[in-house]
Amino acid sequence: MPTEIILPKVDMDMASGRISRWLVAEGAMVKKGDPVFEMETDKAAMEVEAPASGILGNVVAKEGMDVRVGEPVAWIFAEGENPSVIVPQGAPAVTVAALPVATSNISAASLTVTAASSGSVRATPLARRMARDAGLELASIAGRGPYGRIVSADIEKAAALRIVPAAIVPAPKAAPPSDAGVLKLFEPGYYSVVPHDTMRRTIARRLVEAKSTVPHFYVSADCRLDSLLKLRAELNEAAPIMSGAPVYKLSINDMVIKAWALALRQVPAANVSWTENAMLVHVHADIGVAVSVPGGLITPIIRAAESKSLSAISNEIKDLAARAKARKLKPDEYNGGSSAISNLGMFGVKEFAAIINPPHATILAVGGGELRPVVSNGTIVPATVMTVTLSTDHRAVDGALGAEVLGAFRAYIEKPLGMLI
Amino acid sequence: MADNTFDIIIIGAGPGGYVTAIRAAQLGFKVALVEREHLGGICLNWGCIPTKALLRSAEIYTYMNHAADYGLAADNIKFDPAKVVARSRAVSARLTMGVNGLLKKNKVQIIWGEAKLSKPGEVIVSETEKPAMLPQNLPPKGTLGAGTYTAKHIILATGARPRVLPGLEHDGKLVWSYFEAMVPQEMPKSLLVIGSGAIGIEFASFYNAMGVDVTVVEIMDQIMPVEDVEISKFAQKQLEKHGLKFKLSSKVAALKKGANNVVATIETAGKTETITVDRVIAATGVVGNIEGLGLEELGVKTEKGCVVTDGYGRTNVSGLYAIGDVAGPPMLAHKAEHEGVICVEKIKGLDAHPMKKDQIPGCTYCHPQVASVGLTEAKAIAAGFEVKVGKFPFLANGKAIALGEDQGLIKTIFDAKTGRLLGAHMVGAEVTELIQGYVIAMGLETTEQELMHTVFPHPTLSEMMHESVLDAYGRVIHM
Repeated sequence: MPTEIILPKVDMDMASGRISRWLVAEGAMVKKGDPVFEMETDKAAMEVEAPASGILGNVVAKEGMDVRVGEPVAWIFAEGENPSVIVPQGAPAVTVAALPVATSNISAASLTVTAASSGSVRATPLARRMARDAGLELASIAGRGPYGRIVSADIEKAAALRIVPAAIVPAPKAAPPSDAGVLKLFEPGYYSVVPHDTMRRTIARRLVEAKSTVPHFYVSADCRLDSLLKLRAELNEAAPIMSGAPVYKLSINDMVIKAWALALRQVPAANVSWTENAMLVHVHADIGVAVSVPGGLITPIIRAAESKSLSAISNEIKDLAARAKARKLKPDEYNGGSSAISNLGMFGVKEFAAIINPPHATILAVGGGELRPVVSNGTIVPATVMTVTLSTDHRAVDGALGAEVLGAFRAYIEKPLGMLI
Repeated sequence: MADNTFDIIIIGAGPGGYVTAIRAAQLGFKVALVEREHLGGICLNWGCIPTKALLRSAEIYTYMNHAADYGLAADNIKFDPAKVVARSRAVSARLTMGVNGLLKKNKVQIIWGEAKLSKPGEVIVSETEKPAMLPQNLPPKGTLGAGTYTAKHIILATGARPRVLPGLEHDGKLVWSYFEAMVPQEMPKSLLVIGSGAIGIEFASFYNAMGVDVTVVEIMDQIMPVEDVEISKFAQKQLEKHGLKFKLSSKVAALKKGANNVVATIETAGKTETITVDRVIAATGVVGNIEGLGLEELGVKTEKGCVVTDGYGRTNVSGLYAIGDVAGPPMLAHKAEHEGVICVEKIKGLDAHPMKKDQIPGCTYCHPQVASVGLTEAKAIAAGFEVKVGKFPFLANGKAIALGEDQGLIKTIFDAKTGRLLGAHMVGAEVTELIQGYVIAMGLETTEQELMHTVFPHPTLSEMMHESVLDAYGRVIHM
């Protein structure tokens, strides 16, 4: 029997993935565990391994195609098996997405992307009924049964997490202007059309969803950085040298991450996720750190940041950021988390407010440190000050609670030795 | 010099161990299987299989005694206990030979002797000092013997043995365990069976059918306490009709042994009575074989006489695994086999899933038979489910009536909210062969809809499985 290679579900809310590159030619030998193709989802690119050894054949999903999760993309044949005898069952299981386009010369019509139907998702009868009753989209659920089949336990998990699918959140009534309507406003030839990639679409979808469903509330504070800068200089100076380079080099952001994680530990009521049925109070402060990457941004997560040393956080974020830029993060490195930090200080931004990324209930927007006159003991003195703004999901974190956790954060920043304990 | 290094060493060649060995060999591992006594373990030698042979003799004997019911005549119906036992032993021997052949075919190296873990990854095998239960099936040829063997992965599959309660110790002569009960030289006139679990009730049923006056004492208030109470009561009534006597909520306080009989003191709700019987079978459960393996020295975590494992058979010691009875209840051969397969597939790195313990069927081969899977009605309600219960009696099934087996019941329990099949419980002829239909349905997560839409062949006993589902939803046809 030939072994099916299916498009794996690597991410909770993933319905399809794009075949970016076949790494093995049709007809060539593959060994079990060898990477056979590269796929691309909303958030990452990754290699998929061969489920068996044999000859790759009957490649039905070509490069650039979008394939629904769980659909076969090719088969692996044992020696002696005839690849021609296998025909994919039923209709071709792949849908061709918007074709790879050059830069211009694109009509408005081709900007609409056909949505993959979820009719052929593998699921048990019980799972189908439970999903229907719970109003969950099967296509949005990761199947953990054989061949990625969705089983009842998957529905129970999804219902508990209440990953709110499109079916429940009514689409905004006021439809945005149509693409054609927008194009009409501009003179042809005076703009170029850059098609959205999957990351851009995801960012758009998620932020519209977040800003229109999460009631945002903001609190800001100024934090004096002088002690922190001094400590940072001392710590960096004390870094042991190995192979000619210091073992760590702390940035202000590393210390902000640690301070925020400790503040969440100190005020656990703010380290939460909102679900319709219950509040999830997290054990650890898993801090997402927004990393800007070519064409968008992604938020890798420092897990249990409250328990990690500054040097560990610093080295981990360096590694995550580098791999984020290369789009090589694994889904479990950017999914979930309990809060996030967005730091635009290095761009000279004084202050801003960030949009919460559910299931987080908070996000901390960090501005740049600058010398400002401050009043200390009745006299005006120069001090380095950084303004931070905390966005909270008011369903989960009320104003006073937001103020409390921000106060705790400020205390760690201004008396930074507390972070070392 | 023999090669003493393996990828996987499995200790114990019972149904868990030998199946694990074959699966491991299929996956390309170099496998050794250590056994001290008999291939096939208790199951093939002293349990599941030889009892089925005894019960088959009892069944045919019963049919012969009721030949007239079927328009047949048979006179002078007798049996020879020695020949009944001999057939049972022959069945057992044939299967252990079969296991030997399977192990050979899969190139599993058998090591004959007693195993002890000396350090992680190392097993010392010595000659066994345990006296063999006789008659013993022949040991296999081409085995390795005493020595030191190493493997990256060691799997304990050492099984279980009869539990001994103080005052009820087996002596092999008057007070039997399942070993002696399996090979009676002659039929006692009267028998006391302590414990009405699967083992106790099967022996009670066998001896009763062979004309022995049998009394069963059960400490709980129902026979076969793990079964649905309605099924237990139904089975009890049928067994009583065949002459079995039961004392529920009772315990045996003392056994006073005479020359060739035993006076048993039985306590029921504070009252005491004595009965005199020829023989006693103490079937008060089984306990895991965790002793003498060197587990304490290695710091292996045990609990209630069993090795503690995760869903993949892994113990707290890296490279050491346990499956089957020794890894905890339910102590059933099919559970052991399945656990072993999961264990080695996980070692291989396959996408193994932990076993769903709520979907392990249980079968008891008394007459009438009892079979079940999943939650009892009481447990389903206790778990907070709103239930829909369907029942269908053998009385209304054509095939059952034609067979002359019109006493039985098939009961199904659904979650009213989702249509999930929570449990199925059966009593009656051949139900042990029927239950698997529901087990598959549960495994595939069918709802009542798919079961209703399934075509069941006519005329069969399985039609009752359909009717029971229909009954749960008020759609039963033949009632």
